Amino acid sequence: MTTPVLSLRGLSTRFGSNWVHKGVDLDIPPGEVVSLVGGSGSGKTTLLRQMVGLLTPTEGEVRVFDEPLFAGSREAQRQRRRRFAMCFQGGALFSAFTVYENIAFPLREAGIATEAEIRELVALKLTMVELLPSHAALMPAELSGGMIKRVALARALALEPELLLLDEPTAGLDPTRSASFVALIRDLQQQLGLTVVLVTHDLDTLAALSSKVAVLAERRILAFDSLEAVMQVDHPFIQEFFLSERSARALARAQGA
Amino acid sequence: MADAIRTPELHLSEGCLSPAGDWTLLALASHANRLRQELAGAKATRWDLSALNRLDSFGALLLWRAWGGRLPADMVLPDGYATQFERLAAMDEAPVPRPPRVGVVDVVAGLGGALLGLFAHLGDFLALIGRLALDGLHLLGRPRNWPLKEFSANLYKVGVKAMPVSALVGFLIGVVLSYLSALQLKAFGADIFIVNILGLGIIRELGPVLVSVLVAGRSGSAMTAQLGVMRVTEEVDALTVMGISNYIRLVLPKVMALSVAMPLLVLWTSAVALVGGMMSAELQLGLSYGYFIETLPKVVPAANLFIALGKGAVFGVLIALVACHFGLRVKPNTESLSANTTASVVTSITLVILVDAVFAIATRSIGVPL
Ligand SMILES: Nc1ncnc2c1ncn2[C@@H]1O[C@H](COP(=O)(O)OP(=O)(O)O)[C@@H](O)[C@H]1O
Ligand SMILES: [Mg+2]
Repeated sequence: MTTPVLSLRGLSTRFGSNWVHKGVDLDIPPGEVVSLVGGSGSGKTTLLRQMVGLLTPTEGEVRVFDEPLFAGSREAQRQRRRRFAMCFQGGALFSAFTVYENIAFPLREAGIATEAEIRELVALKLTMVELLPSHAALMPAELSGGMIKRVALARALALEPELLLLDEPTAGLDPTRSASFVALIRDLQQQLGLTVVLVTHDLDTLAALSSKVAVLAERRILAFDSLEAVMQVDHPFIQEFFLSERSARALARAQGA
Repeated sequence: MADAIRTPELHLSEGCLSPAGDWTLLALASHANRLRQELAGAKATRWDLSALNRLDSFGALLLWRAWGGRLPADMVLPDGYATQFERLAAMDEAPVPRPPRVGVVDVVAGLGGALLGLFAHLGDFLALIGRLALDGLHLLGRPRNWPLKEFSANLYKVGVKAMPVSALVGFLIGVVLSYLSALQLKAFGADIFIVNILGLGIIRELGPVLVSVLVAGRSGSAMTAQLGVMRVTEEVDALTVMGISNYIRLVLPKVMALSVAMPLLVLWTSAVALVGGMMSAELQLGLSYGYFIETLPKVVPAANLFIALGKGAVFGVLIALVACHFGLRVKPNTESLSANTTASVVTSITLVILVDAVFAIATRSIGVPL
């Protein structure tokens, strides 16, 4: 079996006296698009933050690219970090920078592309997320919620990551934009063998994009399998999430499309 | 990916150029310059991309530029890569506009803008005072709506919590001032005048100004930052939508709290500074505590105390108003937050010193024994 890109081993999280996760195990093989679903407040964002090392789990270990997240020298860690990117739930754009500078920033820091190339790469990323060139000069405060999401995605894609973590990427996007987001991620995934972990409540996105679904409930990963297999699992949360009338309609729509 | 990175290469065979390996940002990190040169020097008419292991948009961009912005007529292009170049072609149609260059006209316009900005500040500041006065009048008949909780919370934050630091600073200033003056007075044999100098200097002048500087740095900046972050996170807008006046809930309690806390802090700090001065005088000049305490009220008329308290209240109101003025001007970005916080502290300290000079002139004939 290929080594997983990302693996969580016996991961537990406690805030104060509140256990959010208890013994989460998850291995994400390369090239998969994994949707992480769970009720609101079930700790999806927290799990994502632990995957990128923003939060240290109370117990357990996170391995990225088959190494502990914090192993090796400073330079080794920097190289490792450059291989994955995260899109935050609220965008987390640099508010003092324009859209252009936000996307150009990681490229400049990497110091590989020339300034002229950076210009073109930024323009390219903007077209990829369907923003107009004229949006480049705007400040984050001047963007709509959906535009913030797309700029955040463009910034996350700037360094061509191999592993992309997305926290509710389609929340706040209109259906057409969600569809083109799905197309973009699928394209990237096919061309670059990108591995994607996305938190989503949007069943259309989930059904269209994910090769696997991980269900986070009762403080652990209840199921991790293909959508069809996960839907067979007999658990109240899963039944409610996938098999309610609304969900059934969305899933049918996605299968028909 | 789990597999190792393959070095990006550019092979030339029989007039056909074929890039090989990983043409990705990560893999190109240490080869970009070499490959840029090789691409620039290449004179092939045929291209073959089938030997590529991976191609990301940076690698694609390098090739696209080498091709002069269009696909070569004679090439082998695996299916998966076609969309990359389609995107690049689409991007060429819609380049990011360059920021306009800064010219002489812009400099002049900037200067004019700064001047107009100053007027805007004055206008906004007046508007703030006006709104506050109107809201205050509105509150007169409605004691239920008085922001008493906020007032008391602010009073605790800006007053009680500032006591240790203002005492420390006051005490040290008192000691230093007394020590330096004592050295001079000893030379003239005018030891006993230390009480006059310390009493008048600290109570009338140093106490209020010292406390103002401390409070402007400590509480003024905090008020600006708090209001600023509330603007950034749209909390101020949420209040407005609920029909709750920002001025009554946010500005008024701060102004009230500082106008009450400042005179008290002035009193406290001046007292501690005098104690410091007294201790230093005893050590340096052998002036007894009893003598110091007995002489103080005789050489410093009580009017000075009232001037100090009045100054404290006025400075407090000024600092709070300036802090709120700048806080409410914060635009939703971090740069604006930091600029406004700086401006708030600098402006309030400058303003306090200016107003102090006005006070000095206006009260020049009051409370100074001749
Ligand atoms: N920094 C924190 N301190 C305390 N509790 C937290 C913190 N961050 C998250 N939590 C709690 O952890 C739980 C999971 O939060 P989160 O991961 O944001 O949920 P979601 O699945 O909706 O993204 C929630 O109950 C939340 O209250
Ligand atoms: Mg969340």
